[in-house]
Amino acid sequence: MITSVIFFLFAGLAIACAISLVYHKNPLYSAISLVGVLISLACIYVTLAAPFIAAVQILIYAGAIMVLVVFVIMLLNLDEDKPVVNRLPHLYAIGGILGLVLLAQTFFIFYAVHRAPKQAVNTDETVGKTLSIGAGMYTEYLLPVEIVGILLLMSIVGAVILARRLEYPQLEIVVDNELERRNESEIKDEFRIRL
Amino acid sequence: MEPSLATYLALSGILFTIGATGVIFKRNALGMFMCIELMLNAVNLTFVAFSRYYADVTGQLFVFMVMSVAAAEAAVGLGIFIAFFRNRISIDVDDANILKN
Amino acid sequence: MEAIIKSIFPIAVLFGAATVAFGVVMMIVAYTVLAERKVLGWIQGRIGPNRVGPWGMMQPFADLLKFIFKEDIVPDKSTKFVYFLAPIVAVTCALMPMVVYPFGPAITNIDLSFLPYGLGDGIKQIPLTVAQIDVGVLFVLGITSVGVYGIALAGWSSNNKYSLMGGLRSSAQLISYELAMGASIIGVVILAGTLDLNGIIYAQMSSPWYSRWFIIPQFVGFVVFLIAAFAETNRVPFDLPEAETELVAGFHTEYSALKFALFFMGEYVNMFTVSVMCATLFLGGWYVPGLSHLFPVGSLLYAVFSVVGFLIKISAFLFFYIWVRGTLPRFRFDQLMNFGWKFLLPVALANVIFTIILVYFLNS
Repeated sequence: MITSVIFFLFAGLAIACAISLVYHKNPLYSAISLVGVLISLACIYVTLAAPFIAAVQILIYAGAIMVLVVFVIMLLNLDEDKPVVNRLPHLYAIGGILGLVLLAQTFFIFYAVHRAPKQAVNTDETVGKTLSIGAGMYTEYLLPVEIVGILLLMSIVGAVILARRLEYPQLEIVVDNELERRNESEIKDEFRIRL
Repeated sequence: MEPSLATYLALSGILFTIGATGVIFKRNALGMFMCIELMLNAVNLTFVAFSRYYADVTGQLFVFMVMSVAAAEAAVGLGIFIAFFRNRISIDVDDANILKN
Repeated sequence: MEAIIKSIFPIAVLFGAATVAFGVVMMIVAYTVLAERKVLGWIQGRIGPNRVGPWGMMQPFADLLKFIFKEDIVPDKSTKFVYFLAPIVAVTCALMPMVVYPFGPAITNIDLSFLPYGLGDGIKQIPLTVAQIDVGVLFVLGITSVGVYGIALAGWSSNNKYSLMGGLRSSAQLISYELAMGASIIGVVILAGTLDLNGIIYAQMSSPWYSRWFIIPQFVGFVVFLIAAFAETNRVPFDLPEAETELVAGFHTEYSALKFALFFMGEYVNMFTVSVMCATLFLGGWYVPGLSHLFPVGSLLYAVFSVVGFLIKISAFLFFYIWVRGTLPRFRFDQLMNFGWKFLLPVALANVIFTIILVYFLNS
């Protein structure tokens, strides 16, 4: 009873926040909505007896990744999105068809999974505990963990190289020429000085 | 109505669809990034639901992997956005056209 | 009727427990504010507040009344929704870790048969924790890291350059020091073998005498955790987000009346939270050595004295916070970042690796 109340409460919240994420033009509002989705999903994970995943979801997604995104939005002081100009109109049709396909898939899954177990096969609550996850991680799934470790190392190096300031601004010379060619008057000098 | 596996999968499908729509309609690189995160989360929900209903820890482990990949993606992606913003004063994906001509 | 009461009873007990915990924490926090003003006064050769009530003991309530009756000013150009959301987020995230605080040991020898409808039948023990969850450490870390949004959004929505600077500094600082804080806890988790806060206390009780408190084998981790905790709670010497002299109070410049009070309260509750974590992870939590010889384990008196011991440990940390505030000057922002990334994080990681090697060789 309580499980279903919590599930439908947070499922509704997740869907509402997801719609608001897509609807809002201001990136900061989108980010707040996404944090809402992430926290609702963490609560749903708790009802699925996965407390470790729920805690990690809040810690990594809401606490690290989205803080970084909010930080970047504040740092760049982004304005609202420009209204979408009517370019490439055929994409709308393709997008609509794609959306319908996805929706159809959703309903197909909804229909097909009725044959799947209604109740949990095994109400063994230890599956979501830290111990079983750790044991699985360092025995059966050691190779994926190592690969993820290397991936993280690569991303650290990549992020440092991408985000540093160039001592010799070779790139910026190219871009300056490009900007002159584009002859855009709305570009403010102060931005170039600050960044 | 007690939530069953189908309910969780339906929720995941709805979230995934909303995320995909967002990626198509948003022109802001950060907005698209966030919609992709939403899609990843929808997939994570199916992993956890299957893991619960089949009492197997594999699904939760792969959620962990997906989160690590998302963290790596965030670090590199935001680095790219900052570098792009330094050059273009915008993170509109339509402005990323330096190779066009 | 009986069935309804039976089904509602566990929920009501949880709500009651949460309310009691909330009341206790709020009283401690209110008197922490008073103690801070008193101790700072003594450090600076002043008397401190002494007008409201005997020795100024009613000062927190006078402050609360003042906050309630002040005019609430909302900046005209602020982003209203986010502006109202920010203090709510800050105070909620500060209060939520309360549900996993291990206030004391479980009371086991207790007779609940006086309860009507046989409500106390299946209850073997009364844990002095609101919620026993398996991942208490991760829960506390996660919720406190969500608390950054309160500060960052407050800075952004105020439409004030000082607030924005404060919010930016704060998010950068919190992201940086969270890593060192998490890494310093890993050593304790390795020694204890669990992420449950009560489990960590039991692990300390059952370890040999030379590591009865994890501060002894994990002294480096303790120091790193303490420094990172100062940064996480925006306290001197890391109080850059709200540096009065540079940023005119930083992210909460534009907040007044009760909304400012919420930020203020959130900050002090955060202080309490890290003190609880410090006492639990490194000083044995509610475990007082030798107490089990005086009272039988599980009795009411044992629990009461354990709780008192826990509160004394927490108060020691709170006093340390105030003492440092009265003593040290503030860091510069680049010094702060260099210290966090180039000193604190490597030391914490080295501690983790050292602990792993040590545990491996001691166990084999």
